[in-house]
Amino acid sequence: MAVGKNILRKDGYEKLTGAARYVDDVTLEGMLYGKTIRSRIARGRIKSIAYDAAFDWSQIVIADYRDIPGKNYVALIEDDQPLLAENEIRHYAEPILLIAAANKDLLEAAAHHIHIEYEQWSPVLSIEDALACREIIYGTDNIFKRFLIGRGDVEEGFAQAERIIEGEYRVPHQEQLYIEPQGMIAIPGNEAMTLMGSMQCPYYIHKAIKQLFHLNDEQVVVIQMTTGGGFGGKEEYPSVIAAHAALLAHKAQRPVKLIYDRAEDIAATPKRHPGVIRHRTGVRRDGRMVASEIDLVFDGGAYVTLTPVVLSRGVIHALGPYACDNVRIQARAIATNTPPNGAFRGFGAPQVAFAYEMQMEKIAAELGMDSLELRRINMLREGDTTATGQTLIWSVGSEEVLNEAVERANYQAQRLAFSQSHSSIQTSTTNHVEAHKRRGIGLSFFLHGAGFTGSGEAKMKAQAGIEIMANGHPRVLSGSTEIGQGTRTIFSQIVAEELSLDFSAVEIEEPDTSRVPDSGPTVASRTCMVVGRVVQMAAREVKAKLLHFVAERFAAPEVELREGKFMVAEKALADFQEMACEYVNLFGELRCFAHYASPPEIEWNEETYSGDAYPVYSWGAEVAEVEVDMDTYEVTVVRLTTAQDIGRAIHPLLAAGQIEGGTLQAVGYGLLEELVWDQGRIINNRLTNYIIPTALDAPDMETIIVEKAYPHGPFGAKGVGELPINGAAPAIAAAVFQATGAFLSEIPITPERLQAAIEKVTTDEHR
Amino acid sequence: MSDEKNKSDQQKSGVSRRSFLKASGISLGVPLVVGHRVINVNGQEVKLYGPTKTSITLTINGAKQTVEVEPRVTLLEALRHELDITGAKRVCDRATCGACTMIVGGKAVYSCTVLAIEAQGKPITTVESLMQGEKLHPLQQAFVDNDGQQCGYCTPGFVMACKAFLDKNPSPTPEEVQKGLGGNLCRCGTYMGVRAAVLQAATMHKGGKNHG
Ligand code: FES
Ligand code: FES
Repeated sequence: MAVGKNILRKDGYEKLTGAARYVDDVTLEGMLYGKTIRSRIARGRIKSIAYDAAFDWSQIVIADYRDIPGKNYVALIEDDQPLLAENEIRHYAEPILLIAAANKDLLEAAAHHIHIEYEQWSPVLSIEDALACREIIYGTDNIFKRFLIGRGDVEEGFAQAERIIEGEYRVPHQEQLYIEPQGMIAIPGNEAMTLMGSMQCPYYIHKAIKQLFHLNDEQVVVIQMTTGGGFGGKEEYPSVIAAHAALLAHKAQRPVKLIYDRAEDIAATPKRHPGVIRHRTGVRRDGRMVASEIDLVFDGGAYVTLTPVVLSRGVIHALGPYACDNVRIQARAIATNTPPNGAFRGFGAPQVAFAYEMQMEKIAAELGMDSLELRRINMLREGDTTATGQTLIWSVGSEEVLNEAVERANYQAQRLAFSQSHSSIQTSTTNHVEAHKRRGIGLSFFLHGAGFTGSGEAKMKAQAGIEIMANGHPRVLSGSTEIGQGTRTIFSQIVAEELSLDFSAVEIEEPDTSRVPDSGPTVASRTCMVVGRVVQMAAREVKAKLLHFVAERFAAPEVELREGKFMVAEKALADFQEMACEYVNLFGELRCFAHYASPPEIEWNEETYSGDAYPVYSWGAEVAEVEVDMDTYEVTVVRLTTAQDIGRAIHPLLAAGQIEGGTLQAVGYGLLEELVWDQGRIINNRLTNYIIPTALDAPDMETIIVEKAYPHGPFGAKGVGELPINGAAPAIAAAVFQATGAFLSEIPITPERLQAAIEKVTTDEHR
Repeated sequence: MSDEKNKSDQQKSGVSRRSFLKASGISLGVPLVVGHRVINVNGQEVKLYGPTKTSITLTINGAKQTVEVEPRVTLLEALRHELDITGAKRVCDRATCGACTMIVGGKAVYSCTVLAIEAQGKPITTVESLMQGEKLHPLQQAFVDNDGQQCGYCTPGFVMACKAFLDKNPSPTPEEVQKGLGGNLCRCGTYMGVRAAVLQAATMHKGGKNHG
């Protein structure tokens, strides 16, 4: 058995010895270094570009939009983002020119000798600005995209409500901050272009380059190199870098390497969408939700890029893991003159999770009710129906995760103990030491749809294959990338299990568009559940072919494959490897490809935005215990306990690593990470001033994996990558609420923000 | 590479990310000597290197290597660019992340903020040296066993930081381990795995058994 075991990570050895080569570790013969010249204004137009005459430009390659053979856009959804600005500037750090030189010093020197003059226009820099429509920067109303989800009769629901509770929640940008900065190498050929670099989605780049250079499928080759983290940040943006490198390479007819330094990477690449989310909830006195109206607005930045898809996931998750018969959810994504926001682990869901969970805390507080009880009253269970009208028919671990997290964290007893100690602190004014540190415990409960939203998977028809190599071992052919999350390891486990081989016998082909099919992007918690399923189906086909072959060869129709051997009852006929080799020798090759087909039960209506939004959901509950320093207003997360239902865990240790890693990024989201802006420019674009969690911020973490098998996933697996990033921010805010009485409706909970909230509580109390 | 070297020889743009000598208080006295000049600073003679390339000798993983670099080149860049030793990574280039950690003269350093010329005469150890023949070093093995790496970009630096930590403190407590790992950033969130790995390696170090 390979599935469910903690086998050694496929890519562990190379990464530990320093042997793994990432894009910046490679230098090619005759290679030039590239650099992007960017705008220094948020909105306006280019008046002039001047090159100092005194500088020797003969050694510099310069490219602008006029050098693009195809159309000047980066292929994605709306194709509205230019590869290089022609005249109008729509955000700070927008690419205008590209330069390349044989060494970096020369390159930097050249950059200092280019002078761009602008005419500045008044920029739109916030959601409020955009909605006010004083300046129109997109369409007629600055709105990129709208969605509306409706169910039941909201007016009727509010009429039945005994209490109506309103809340407004604000969530910030968040930088992915993959530790390996973005980078790409372009190698030009005769009517051909090869790209190699750091990426999640080789086929996105493939599509973008074909368009820009009028090349066909075979002429463009995209190869993923070892990639130092992505978290969504290397989903769409690498297409821009690849295209820039390719344009320079095309012009210079030499390989070009384009690596971002950290400051440029933070300044220019997409972030998590900031948002404002308003809830208006009608409840009965017993806590039952009878009406829910939600309005959510995401800031998409200057270009559409992936925003509609992010918004779509946001709107579908907006009500969270709760049931309500009367729902209206309005979602809008607006344009601002800031760098486009894009994919980041969670993809619209963590924003709304903070809002719906804080709304639960608020409702509970206003009803004088325990918030765990409130959640239990309203939570979705198997057989219940979601806001889009999806009936949950399988793999619903909602009760299990909630119960596990609460029990393992000793939540109820701790909550009671903390609330009693607070009342005793308030009565004893003498003991400052006790009063200066306050403890609290809080809970969050969440879900995450696995795979693409709606009919995405049906349209995508992800492909993957298996081929038998000359040595008789299987090799997986898939465009899914390893970005540290374990793709190579779990694929080899799935194949090993299906073919009853040792996992070490399974090889994984490099993601190279000339050698692997399009498995769809490596995003949306879909690699294991969707592509893993396709890999499993391909392996089954290989198995069927070989069984047929062996049955005929040995005239043994009842042959089986067990432990790497073809068996008839207890008698071994031959080895897998031996027969596989024989097959290949005889027929030339053994390659099987499979396509993903959505489960037949799944139905989605794109027009009305209703039906089965996802084939299945993963479920999570998280308990945070915090200590608040009442002098410095610093919040320390003491302990995190999280239970997550991810279906069958193919590799429990890697799955736990995903949960811990996602949770820690969510701790950053809730407590630390904040971009500081000045007129559309990010000021803190360094690791010294954009603060992410260190080992010292990592609390004790207990992770409980709940395995509610999903019948259409490989061996029952669902998605795990994104679920964990939803839970920590609201759980921490709930714990801070208990500890201090301050209700934070905005993250991150920085000392300044917490101080203001606590002072507000104190003045309100004295009124 | 050779192209790059030739061209940077020719150009002296004065664009420097790291000016380590400020002109104030320094008087240029003695004319050019081979390799370096000598200047007088507050009555003392000081060797002045640069801005042209200087030949320096580094002792990397036990082997002496000579490279020609401008004095402003960091140890990290010298290894990565001139010697193709690419295990240590450049991530922040500002001494905040630890991805470039090497052990120099027995101490863990951020090689992005050490000049190559300053590292002369001291043993320099990088992640490439840890393998014991075909076998992983016990600490590397402990990383594998506890899944102390995901994307792996912080890993070479993290491993070296842990090695230096264990060299100094072979039997740490869990609290000491947590504190001792504060200098390396990992966005994948492998801190729990790394903590477990260090504790495992420490146990093995003491002759304990492999928990893998
Ligand atoms: S690259 Fe040296 S500390 Fe970050
Ligand atoms: S393993 Fe990816 S940054 Fe540490």
